[in-house]
Amino acid sequence: MKRTVLIAVAVLALAGAALAVTPDEQLQDQRLEARARALSQELRCLVCQNQSIDDSAAPLAHDLRVILRERIAAGDTDRQAMDYLVRRYGDFVLLRPPFQADTWALWLGPLGVLLLGGAGVGLYMRGRALKPESPLSPADEAEAARLMTTDDAAKVAAEDH
Amino acid sequence: MRRLLAFLPAALFVVVLVGFMVGLRRDPAILPSMLIGKPLPAFSLAPLRPDQPGLASGDLAGEPVLLNVFASWCGPCKEEHPVLLRLKGEGVPIVGLDWKEPAVDGARWLEANGDPYLRTGNDASGRTGIDLGVSGVPETFLLDRRGQVRYRQVGAITPEVWDKTIAPLMARLKAES
Repeated sequence: MKRTVLIAVAVLALAGAALAVTPDEQLQDQRLEARARALSQELRCLVCQNQSIDDSAAPLAHDLRVILRERIAAGDTDRQAMDYLVRRYGDFVLLRPPFQADTWALWLGPLGVLLLGGAGVGLYMRGRALKPESPLSPADEAEAARLMTTDDAAKVAAEDH
Repeated sequence: MRRLLAFLPAALFVVVLVGFMVGLRRDPAILPSMLIGKPLPAFSLAPLRPDQPGLASGDLAGEPVLLNVFASWCGPCKEEHPVLLRLKGEGVPIVGLDWKEPAVDGARWLEANGDPYLRTGNDASGRTGIDLGVSGVPETFLLDRRGQVRYRQVGAITPEVWDKTIAPLMARLKAES
């Protein structure tokens, strides 16, 4: 039993090491490599579109990781290296879309829906609070007065029959 | 006013519904090309077959031409190939870019299946394809007389795509001066 658990833990620990980035892709300079890793997690794989090129095992993702590292090794800033790929594949390659004219609906939409919903709830609550209590008619007043003065227990007992 | 406001959520729901109905039917693989209205980035590729010319970006001006990106390892390319051969028979100028494979593989494939291209370059590393924003094969670019990209087809050119989209566009580009 103990051995089974140990083996299971070992297998799980190994699973974490199954990265798409292969050792031969990596840069010698650890600082540059760390920058490349961070950037590649922000770049979309064009083949399997919901994965980053850091996660994807697609050959194109491999090529883009290599290109990204070449740019960084050549002295590009993070921004320049990203722009290099954006020029080829468009903003779609960025997993975090930039805030610009054609994406404001995307970024502000949820806030807009929240405000709209809040306004709706506010209007509804105010409408309820301001509703005037309708005054009783004279007949209702008389009935109420009668009820208040009659013996409650007797009244209830009478109604039970 | 109050009563109109009551219909607002329903109206918004319909707007969102229509948005999703249109949006979710679109093929997510078809992405806009960054090259539309621009010339191709400069490239010069070695010939795929030793007895034929290679392919350079400068070769592609003068007449509207199709630049077809293909590979022998690509399934849909096999489906597209007969269409390209038919177009060649009809006199449509097509040039080929063999993507991400050794030249021998692409050359063997063309020998076995027929060669629809006027000239073919081999892009073994895939770098030229990446410069063109290619995300898979087949992809086809339609260039005008000045060598500018006017249309990109993602996926195979089927007879339907040719008849409905590319042929009319190509005829229009031919009429341009």
